[in-house]
Amino acid sequence: MTSVDPFLTTAQVTSEKKPTKSKSWASIALVSIAIAYLALVLYIPALNVFMQAFSKGVGPFLANLTQPTFLHAIKLTVLMALICVPLNTVFGLCAAWAIARRRFPGRTFLLSIIDLPFSISPVVAGLMIVLVYGQQGWFGGWLQDHGIRVVFAFPAMVLASAFVSMPFVAREVIPVLEEAGADQEEAAKILGASDWQTFWRVTLPNIRWGLLYGLILTNARAMGEFGAVSVVSGNIAGKTQSLPLFVEEAYKQYEGEAAYSAAVLLALLAVVTLVLKEILERKTRIKDTE
Amino acid sequence: MTISSLPEKPRLGKAFLRQIIHAPWTWRIMLGYLAVMLILPVLAMLTKASAVGPAKFWQIATSPTALSAYDVTFTTSLIAAAFNGVFGTLIAWVLVREDFPLKRFIDASVDLPFALPTSVAGLTLATVYSQNGWLGSLAAPFGIKIAFTRIGVGVAMTFISLPFVIRTVQPVLAEMEQDIEEAAWCLGASPWQTFRHVIFPPLLPAILTGVALGFSRAVGEYGSTVIIASNTPFRDLIAPVLIFQRLEQYDYPGATVIGMVLLIISLVALIGINLLQAWARRYD
Repeated sequence: MTSVDPFLTTAQVTSEKKPTKSKSWASIALVSIAIAYLALVLYIPALNVFMQAFSKGVGPFLANLTQPTFLHAIKLTVLMALICVPLNTVFGLCAAWAIARRRFPGRTFLLSIIDLPFSISPVVAGLMIVLVYGQQGWFGGWLQDHGIRVVFAFPAMVLASAFVSMPFVAREVIPVLEEAGADQEEAAKILGASDWQTFWRVTLPNIRWGLLYGLILTNARAMGEFGAVSVVSGNIAGKTQSLPLFVEEAYKQYEGEAAYSAAVLLALLAVVTLVLKEILERKTRIKDTE
Repeated sequence: MTISSLPEKPRLGKAFLRQIIHAPWTWRIMLGYLAVMLILPVLAMLTKASAVGPAKFWQIATSPTALSAYDVTFTTSLIAAAFNGVFGTLIAWVLVREDFPLKRFIDASVDLPFALPTSVAGLTLATVYSQNGWLGSLAAPFGIKIAFTRIGVGVAMTFISLPFVIRTVQPVLAEMEQDIEEAAWCLGASPWQTFRHVIFPPLLPAILTGVALGFSRAVGEYGSTVIIASNTPFRDLIAPVLIFQRLEQYDYPGATVIGMVLLIISLVALIGINLLQAWARRYD
């Protein structure tokens, strides 16, 4: 690691502070290794999604888009996100408020509990939902008596995606809320603002970027979840098949074109997510330096 | 709100109950949602697993198929996490200390495995690393098959756990004072010595945290690995896929027991990660 340049600071690398010749040689080697590794693992596979989807032009892609099962998968995926995101947002905001604004015993423990869905394997998450709501599950008999289908139907898919995307909002909002401090809120209260007014006028503007970031991540995960949804959905084409499930099913049926048409949509979702994330990070960074 | 400001004295159980009953509504929503969405499913799994009985539990958990599935899952995850430990640190170093074109783009793109749905990752990796794929065809002349083997599982696990080490090491590296490096350098340390004795020790907790996070993610991974593997028992069948297969055969006890084993391991990993993070805070 010869690239240690005493005058180099991470934030501002300017042209007059160029490393010396022998150092730049090592730098080039390190950068090349890094990019080669990323290319093998990340860039070539990512590029392949777009190449395969449009290998025969936009025509077949558009033709695939109009298949009924495909359209149904898109509808289902959007619907899942429309339910999961608000649910997890309300939960995340309440949890963030409860945790960031108070010190109490077991605080760290509560934080780890909220983070738990990230460490549980998606398949295990799906299995748990089956064990609660499935035929052999806790509420299976009762649900069947009342003619309510949860597992192998839409409700369980929503439960599964809500489970895996649960921690994002709380996680992103807690640090922002902690950093903002309670001073402004207390001032608002003293000036006679109600809880609700304080939230809308003081707290929300303070946490808006963190919250938005959490929303975007929740949305991406809820739409893109495969493992947990796959366990609970039964994967019935045109009925309980979300877009990520459609990708796998089409691939297994040797319909590569259809698989890649769906994959490219999901990849675009990922790219949009990353772009928004980058913009939001830059916004918060600018605020920090002010 | 007023309850919490009262001095908290012993009799924890009762005080705790009273706190919940009188808690503000934000607390009630949080606890209610956690109870329904998280605690209930975990409890269901615990009771179903304990209903199996210890002897049968042990028998299912240590059946040859299960043992080989753990072996494939954990060894491959560990190798993938170790790969990312080495290259992730290198990438973090490059992103913090070097300057090169498209650096911002590369920095942002590192998070792609978090954002890309796993089935898409599996699909494209299976294509690219198949024998006539772009990268698989390069390995084929050497008699190396990647897709539909354990190596393929490793590639998928490397993909999905790629961002962890980079994202844990980057902030530590960015905050590191360069004075000490300069001092070491002035005192005549070689670049390698400077790295080995000055830069590496404070980075180690962050690297290990990243490796542990990546490992724990790779162990649970299903979407990308199920597509790139052939899912043959004793060869490249991983534990999450085994759970799925058991469920498909309506073998609920089988699925529950193996699910329990995975759950315990992820909890152990979680505790390990928390300890590592506590260790990392030593350097703050």
